[in-house]
Amino acid sequence: MSIELIIGILNVILISTTPLVFAGIGELVTEKSGVLNLGLEGLMLVGAVTGFITLVLTGNYFYSLFLSIISGVILSGIFAFLVLNLMTNQIATGLALTIFGIGLSAMLGKKFAGTPIDGLNPYYFIVISFLLVFFVAYFLSKTKTGLIVRAVGENHNSAYALGYNVFKTRYLTIIFGGVMSSLAGYYISICYAPMWQEGMTAGRGWIALALVVFATWKPWRLLVGAYIFGGVAIMQMNLQAIGVKLPGQFFNMMPYLATIIVLVFISSNKLRLKINAPSSLNIPFEKNQ
Amino acid sequence: MLRKLLTFLSFLAVISVSAAHADQKKIGFIYIGPPGDHGWTYMHDQGRIYMENALGDSISTTYIENVPENADAVRAIRKLAASGHDLIFTTSFNYMDQTLEVAKEFPDVKFEHATGFKRMDNVSTYSARFYEGRTIIGHIAGKMTKTNTIGYIVSFPIPEVIRGINAFYLAASKVNPDVKIKIIWNYSWYDPGKEADAANTLINQGADIIVQHTDSYAPCQAAEKAGVLAFGQASNQEAFCPNSHMTSIEDIWGPYYAAKAQAVVDGTWSSEDTWQGFKDGMVEMSPYNTKLLPLDLILEAKNMETAIENGTLHSFEGPIYNQAGELVVKEGEVADDGMLASMMFYVQGIDGEVPQ
Repeated sequence: MSIELIIGILNVILISTTPLVFAGIGELVTEKSGVLNLGLEGLMLVGAVTGFITLVLTGNYFYSLFLSIISGVILSGIFAFLVLNLMTNQIATGLALTIFGIGLSAMLGKKFAGTPIDGLNPYYFIVISFLLVFFVAYFLSKTKTGLIVRAVGENHNSAYALGYNVFKTRYLTIIFGGVMSSLAGYYISICYAPMWQEGMTAGRGWIALALVVFATWKPWRLLVGAYIFGGVAIMQMNLQAIGVKLPGQFFNMMPYLATIIVLVFISSNKLRLKINAPSSLNIPFEKNQ
Repeated sequence: MLRKLLTFLSFLAVISVSAAHADQKKIGFIYIGPPGDHGWTYMHDQGRIYMENALGDSISTTYIENVPENADAVRAIRKLAASGHDLIFTTSFNYMDQTLEVAKEFPDVKFEHATGFKRMDNVSTYSARFYEGRTIIGHIAGKMTKTNTIGYIVSFPIPEVIRGINAFYLAASKVNPDVKIKIIWNYSWYDPGKEADAANTLINQGADIIVQHTDSYAPCQAAEKAGVLAFGQASNQEAFCPNSHMTSIEDIWGPYYAAKAQAVVDGTWSSEDTWQGFKDGMVEMSPYNTKLLPLDLILEAKNMETAIENGTLHSFEGPIYNQAGELVVKEGEVADDGMLASMMFYVQGIDGEVPQ
């Protein structure tokens, strides 16, 4: 293997894994505060189409990035209002958000599908994704606010009794997760495959969700997990190209399979699961109970 | 979960394109992707629009997009059949058994299944001889490659795709015996990100021409970015990769769709198998890129098109050997349609094995 080939392979792995890191790290923070948001795929698609349309109309990368982020704030804000204030079921609301996002993005993007654009250099986002993981890891383990987020996720009643604002904390973590998902979508439609086509995220939101469990809610493990998923996918392509026969379908389901194996592994050790999984995950918080 | 969601969505996305009148024939389409893919589904939708324009008020059309190739397809097809559609086009290979299942329940509804081979009294099959286009691009690729390495991105191991690989390789190796093709199976028709990854992987491994049999234009875009050459798929993709796009193989469904719809309107529809190529205009080559291709090569390509049209050239002319070295098409003969329709082997010279 020549150096050029190795660099080339690493390059493809970095480019293809970054959206998983963005969406995954956002969801990790949301889940750490005790909220499960299954709407990643929808958020990503709306982020992707908003960024794309803005770029086509204005030609300005900054505006397109900004509006893409705003789309994440609005959509995840609606999600937060539904699950926090109206206490709707998180799983049903998250699925609804995905369905809504798929439909909304398809509708908004109809006229723009197939418009050629100039893509943005993915390396800006790749660097930011690494910094983000570092920031989130530091935030959750070393800062007081991070501790509050975790406390809210572990036991919202205790956190509330101690005087922490459960609603505010969860609003912020949900919106952070939403913005990260729209950045993942923006990256896909502007850098990764610069185009807009319906459903172009092709299930990466679900892989990011699986990744959070795979990483047992630890930021650094999430980064490693994302690169394992991305790396395996690209390596199998390279092996195929040099003529090694591989079961391609198997690699398509690999992320989900790996997540199930990790789930089995950690749940066989109750203590490990307890340490890692936020105890209040998916449990609605009632102020006056 | 995703598939369930998508199907659920596809039911929401049933789009009635024009208001129905009592005497109008209702014609439905099942699409595997979105009409905006600028590839496979886009061209079927162009065919639908052509049919609407040609037949005017005597028909109305409906389509359901993003229908997965599993049991969900049965529900989508049944939904169209049960809602009074007279003719239903199911436009992907793996809708085959699902189409037949629904066709048994609705003997009065006519079905047209694209690229399949199972027919019934009310089920026709139709396909285009895309492989004729693959012969042309194989010839061009064989002459244009400098690294003698061609990257080929494919979806699923089905006869249509494998036939395309073989036709391409036979033509390429005829003009350039040293040519090698590297094949990546993506196991999806449509995932722009993954298609771009596959293209970049092939370019890393020395491919200087990218060929695709998937549905988005991401591979062509990746080729443009890396400065290598590419061929488009299904529709003219020049706009997305002007400096690397040599030509595309275009699927032209409109005239066929209009003819079949007219047959339903006239009551003359019957089950048949249609397989047309350059000769009947179901396959066309996009304008050859004069900035990239030498003039004499463009002329050669055009002459080959004419030769295929009038039958003096065939994509699968003997002698053809399989990978085991067995003679599958004798010298002086051409592969018959039966062999082409069920082709699940690589010809001699292609590395690797056909996935099972």
